[in-house]
Amino acid sequence: MEMLTNILAATVVAGTPLLLVALGELICERSGILNLGQEGMMLMGAVAGFIAALSSGSLLVGLIAAIATGVAMSLFFGFMAITLAANQYAAGLALTIFGTGLSAFVGSGFVGNSIEGFTRVAIPVLSDIPVIGRVLFDQDPLVYVSFIACAGVAFFISRTRGGLILRAVGEDPDAANANGLKVQAVRYMAVAFGGGMAGLAGAYLSLAYTPMWTENMTAGRGWIALALVVFATWRPGRLLLGAYLFGAASILHLVLQGLGWNSPTELLAMLPYVVTILMLVLLSWDPARTRLNTPLSLGQPYRPSH
Amino acid sequence: MSATQRLKLENIVKEYPGCRANDGIDLIVEAGEIHALLGENGAGKSTLMKVIYGLVQPDEGQMFWNGKPVQVANPAEARGMGIGMVFQHFSLFETLTVAENIALGLPAYEARDRAKLEERIREVSAHYGMALDPRRYVSTLSVGERQRVEIVRCLIQESTLLILDEPTSVLTPQEVTTLFATLRKLSAEGCSILFISHKLEEVRALCDNATVLRHGRVSGDCRPAEISATDIARLMVGEDTPISTRVTSAQPGELLLEAKNLSWRCDDPFGTSLNKVSFNLRRGEIVGIAGVAGNGQDELLKALSGEVRVDAGSLEFDGRRIETLTPDQRRGSGVAIVPEERLGRGAVPGMTLADNALLTASGQGLVQKGMIRFGRVREFCRNVIDRFDVRCNGETSTAGSLSGGNLQKYIIGREALQNPKLLVASHPTWGVDVGSAVAIHEALIRLRDEGAAILLISEDLDELYQLCNRMGALCGGRLSPLAEASDLSIEQLGQWMAGEFGSEEASHVAA
Repeated sequence: MEMLTNILAATVVAGTPLLLVALGELICERSGILNLGQEGMMLMGAVAGFIAALSSGSLLVGLIAAIATGVAMSLFFGFMAITLAANQYAAGLALTIFGTGLSAFVGSGFVGNSIEGFTRVAIPVLSDIPVIGRVLFDQDPLVYVSFIACAGVAFFISRTRGGLILRAVGEDPDAANANGLKVQAVRYMAVAFGGGMAGLAGAYLSLAYTPMWTENMTAGRGWIALALVVFATWRPGRLLLGAYLFGAASILHLVLQGLGWNSPTELLAMLPYVVTILMLVLLSWDPARTRLNTPLSLGQPYRPSH
Repeated sequence: MSATQRLKLENIVKEYPGCRANDGIDLIVEAGEIHALLGENGAGKSTLMKVIYGLVQPDEGQMFWNGKPVQVANPAEARGMGIGMVFQHFSLFETLTVAENIALGLPAYEARDRAKLEERIREVSAHYGMALDPRRYVSTLSVGERQRVEIVRCLIQESTLLILDEPTSVLTPQEVTTLFATLRKLSAEGCSILFISHKLEEVRALCDNATVLRHGRVSGDCRPAEISATDIARLMVGEDTPISTRVTSAQPGELLLEAKNLSWRCDDPFGTSLNKVSFNLRRGEIVGIAGVAGNGQDELLKALSGEVRVDAGSLEFDGRRIETLTPDQRRGSGVAIVPEERLGRGAVPGMTLADNALLTASGQGLVQKGMIRFGRVREFCRNVIDRFDVRCNGETSTAGSLSGGNLQKYIIGREALQNPKLLVASHPTWGVDVGSAVAIHEALIRLRDEGAAILLISEDLDELYQLCNRMGALCGGRLSPLAEASDLSIEQLGQWMAGEFGSEEASHVAA
């Protein structure tokens, strides 16, 4: 029982950075913009957050720096993809390559340093519930932020006027423009939100998950987030499920190794990616529901006609 | 006087690279007036309405709204002034509900209370005889219902000028009657309507005044009820263009194509499945398939061309079963297809006319042992261009550089010169100028008289009545019985288009 509780708690922690970055990308894609730069923005967020926290001694300053870095990078992407209507795939890939290189360069002097990262804060009363209390309500503050973000995104998309506008812009920017909606502004905001969340996810890695900086520490989470968003059919609830599934599978290989399971580590390290994708493929079966949630204009450059 | 002038345009000029779309247009729409804007495709109608609605800015000219000079910077401003617009391609979001779609066009404070908005939608739609359920997803609505959503949206925004772009082209005759009743009621209540169309009889029945455009200029103003349709047509196309096709009677021969219970399930949740479609075609006749867009026309064409393989049913062509053959094999046995989209499916826009000829006519000795015989290709292509009067810069022009009418003449010609036994043509004159439409109709009749069978899928009922020997209608993927065109009343056809035929009748083909 004790062990199961610990595994579940570790699952939530492992799934959190993925959940954060994927929520940002979900909003971004719902506006019709596909940003393949998640991995780059996460890495930049991780390194900026770590450096800022290390030099200021404040984790909060680190978080703000990480988010600001993510937003700045996404606005750069937005300028190319929205204002210049450049190819979103190419612009996003460029952002990832740029972010990977720059973060390694900026962070090279900080490898090996470590800081006191975010620690667990138990929520009174709730954390006393057996199992669930430890798993959900005795975690670091950023985990709680991810809960709020997930609920907030779900509420925003389905219940608010802003969410309605976002969905409309993502489905058909021409019709949205004809309806008097400000397509480009909506898309900039969505892209910036995606950037901020990617920065935050990066900071989670370098300030909470493993409080230090190592080169390429995201290990492909930005890419798996992109796949997650698609297979979760752009719905926040499924995104949460997918992120924790990934978390569980990545914990599982540690657990199996601990139990003395003798199989190649490479094979086990592959597990989270395979399991997550397979499960979500099975979940995204209903074509009608999928179609209702798919942003139809995704990835297509849009220029308002004049 | 100026108090009753809702909209006045003075000398509107809009120039695009290589084309003066609007060349000094004047237009006055009075309060409560139904005003027709007539003209062929490319005459400048759509540019003009985009100017009015603030989607494009005019290079010169002045617009007056209720007597005051105004400049409309964007659609939101136009709507704020009271201009409502219903586009031909609706600006609705399929994945949202009716109420959500309407909420998007309203200021936030009015859209906040969803229950109140839904009540208002029900009220307005009931008042004007356009029943609507605000909670339904737009993707589940028929084309006619979607148009109602657009109109109701304008009404809820309290528009005092409603611009309708070719509103009847997507409706059944009965729906047209309902729409006209709504528009008359609106006009009686003081709302002005700018009715854009090229259907002259409708304009004569509905509109108080008409402004006719040709080549970006006003070629005439008239009271449509007082002059003949032919006179209006002359204003639209000018003096030199033939405006009607001479149709000789057909001599149908033996049975060529027998389709029995064709069924095909569409995987796309928003698409249409074919349900037991049965019909037959004889040599030397034209059979018409009417129907509102999206009722299975495209699916039927694909089932005949071989682009989709039907799940059930048989297709017997010229004494041989073809339902399992590939498109290429069907083409080889004498089936020619003219799909709805000229650019993209009928022809590749970026390729030259010669290369486009090769795409479907390679079986005409244009290829030998896998090698292209360029001389023959050029010859074939020039032959099409000459015989079908395609206006272009020779066989090296790209397909995308031709006007809609000329490209369509080229595509029809390319298929006709391969002497098909069966030609399936979908919306062959959609968006085509009158002169080209006449040429295309004549080409179809010539082909028929040479013994080919023609299946004509069209939304243009005038065209169908003019050309077809027998006709039926598709609705929801089911085909009505076919009847002799001369015996089929437009009311009956309209009922068929709305799906009012027993399934018993549908599977039994009228002789």
